[in-house]
Amino acid sequence: MNSSQVNRIKDTAFKFFAIACTFFGLLVLAVLLYDILSKGLTRIDWDFIVNLPSRRAANAGIYTALLGMIWILILTVIIAFPIGIAAGIYLQEYGKKNRFANIIEINIANLAGVPSIIYGILGLELFGRILGLGNSILTGSLTLSLLVLPLIIVSTREAIKAVPSSIREAAYGLGATKWQTIYSIVLPSSFGGILTGLILAISRAVGETAPLIVIGALVYVPFAPTNPMDEFTVLTIQIFNWVTRPQAGFVTNAAAAIIILLLFTFMMNGIAVVLRNRYNKKTRF
Amino acid sequence: MKKNVLFIVLIAFLASCGGGDSSKSSGDQKGEIKIDGSSTVYPLSEAVSEEYRAAESGVRVTVGESGTGGGFKKFSRGEIDINDASRPITVEEIELCTQGGIEFIELPVAYDGLAVVVNKANTFVDHLTVAELKKIWEPEAQGKIKTWNQIRASFPNEPINLYGAGTASGTYDYFTEAIVGKAKSSRGDYNASEDDNVLVKGVSSDKNALGYFGLAYFENNSDKLKLVPISADGKPGVLPTQETVSNGTYAPLSRPEFIYVNAKSADRPEVKSFIAFYLENAQTLAKEIGSVPLKAEVYKLVQARFDKKVTGSAFGKGRSTIGVNMTELLNVESK
Repeated sequence: MNSSQVNRIKDTAFKFFAIACTFFGLLVLAVLLYDILSKGLTRIDWDFIVNLPSRRAANAGIYTALLGMIWILILTVIIAFPIGIAAGIYLQEYGKKNRFANIIEINIANLAGVPSIIYGILGLELFGRILGLGNSILTGSLTLSLLVLPLIIVSTREAIKAVPSSIREAAYGLGATKWQTIYSIVLPSSFGGILTGLILAISRAVGETAPLIVIGALVYVPFAPTNPMDEFTVLTIQIFNWVTRPQAGFVTNAAAAIIILLLFTFMMNGIAVVLRNRYNKKTRF
Repeated sequence: MKKNVLFIVLIAFLASCGGGDSSKSSGDQKGEIKIDGSSTVYPLSEAVSEEYRAAESGVRVTVGESGTGGGFKKFSRGEIDINDASRPITVEEIELCTQGGIEFIELPVAYDGLAVVVNKANTFVDHLTVAELKKIWEPEAQGKIKTWNQIRASFPNEPINLYGAGTASGTYDYFTEAIVGKAKSSRGDYNASEDDNVLVKGVSSDKNALGYFGLAYFENNSDKLKLVPISADGKPGVLPTQETVSNGTYAPLSRPEFIYVNAKSADRPEVKSFIAFYLENAQTLAKEIGSVPLKAEVYKLVQARFDKKVTGSAFGKGRSTIGVNMTELLNVESK
């Protein structure tokens, strides 16, 4: 056997190894989905969406948890996105590349890896107690904003980085100021990338339980929140509570709630893909 | 444009959701009651709150589950009105309350039994004594007690696989105190989980298993598990049932559950009405959620304790809740 034959065998072997790895991931996902769907799908109906929490598994619904989650998400979006995008623009476009900038960069990357419960402890002390916001939706949103900020900043920077500098220089050459260049050239052409980052950040926030439990989010909340200072619960906390209950009916409820949550994240990711494709088509350099 | 429409629809949806509850107010109480604390007591407080909402929908009752200890931290800061507790308040927590200027009324509301279970296929365990349980679970047993015949000579020479509460759980504190004699003192080489459903799964699929968890979890899985009668002080083995747990014969693995009411909150009319409702309905509701109610006359004594605003803890001076007789205790206390 000569060396080119050996190489060919290696090549084929790696191909099958890669296929096996891909299918392993898909198989795990399929098993998970099958398990959840077979347990929970029949439980989902309109009542499940609009009912209040209850001790009777068959009557319990996710109304307040779902609304709590939507409130939290909208506020998080309002708080985190402007700050995150502005910080990303500053670091990429204005900030000087010196040692200090490096330190900031490393810190932001590190922050993205901090366990979420740490943000919960910070949020409880800073927003809940020092600022006196209690265990309100606002405290929850501010805490989740801190959690997703690094994600948004990093993805904004990456998106801006992808804009070729020749385009910027062309704008400067026409006499545009820095802000004009950023506003009308850089941001529009990196918008797809920024949006993708934002939506991934939302998906991350949707799945978080630990920091919200720490700041004192409740479990039984029999009323829909009406303003940012209201107390709240979210879907993940409701699921966590149901999974640990003794009655089998609650496990079915948890599976059903997980399906709703999956649908929600699936929708979010779908929107991200659509937006990215659309904006990428518009901007051709 | 599409995005804007989506946003408007969302806002409209949110706006329409608010305010809907206040329109059909029955009863005449108004206000807010904040409950937090133990996840063991949570189902009972949830059930009571759910029923109370039907009677007095003007009162917004919320329930959290930060755990007994986490709840007491908030309670001592005056952040909540009522704390659910699966164990009595500790000396340190009383100290915290004093610092925060919080006085409290301690009200027992139900019992919880800890079930000791083995696999359905296990034919040889007819009962276990407290001494045998101690031999299995004490820290010294770690790595040494590995087979069933080490516990009793008549048991087979099969490995014993242990399943028990995780260290963050109040169940763990109580079991170790009742069996080993010192809270939080246990061997560490067992399958631990804070989620009792995980323990149920473990014991039901392992024929050499021995485990312990809340009685409600056995009652909902009795087809998959075998309950072990527990014998203490040379008496014959007793199975935990509603009856034996509430009259104290299932010793030492039955424990009282409490709610602690902030004495200042207790002056508010909606809190008074809620507590009265709680004590009136706890008996039926506790049974429904798989917990064990106190006797009817005990609830009356508890209500009397609340009406008299007896503050402080009956267990503060190191009195243990293990094997406590509620009726006697409340009678002594109210004199």
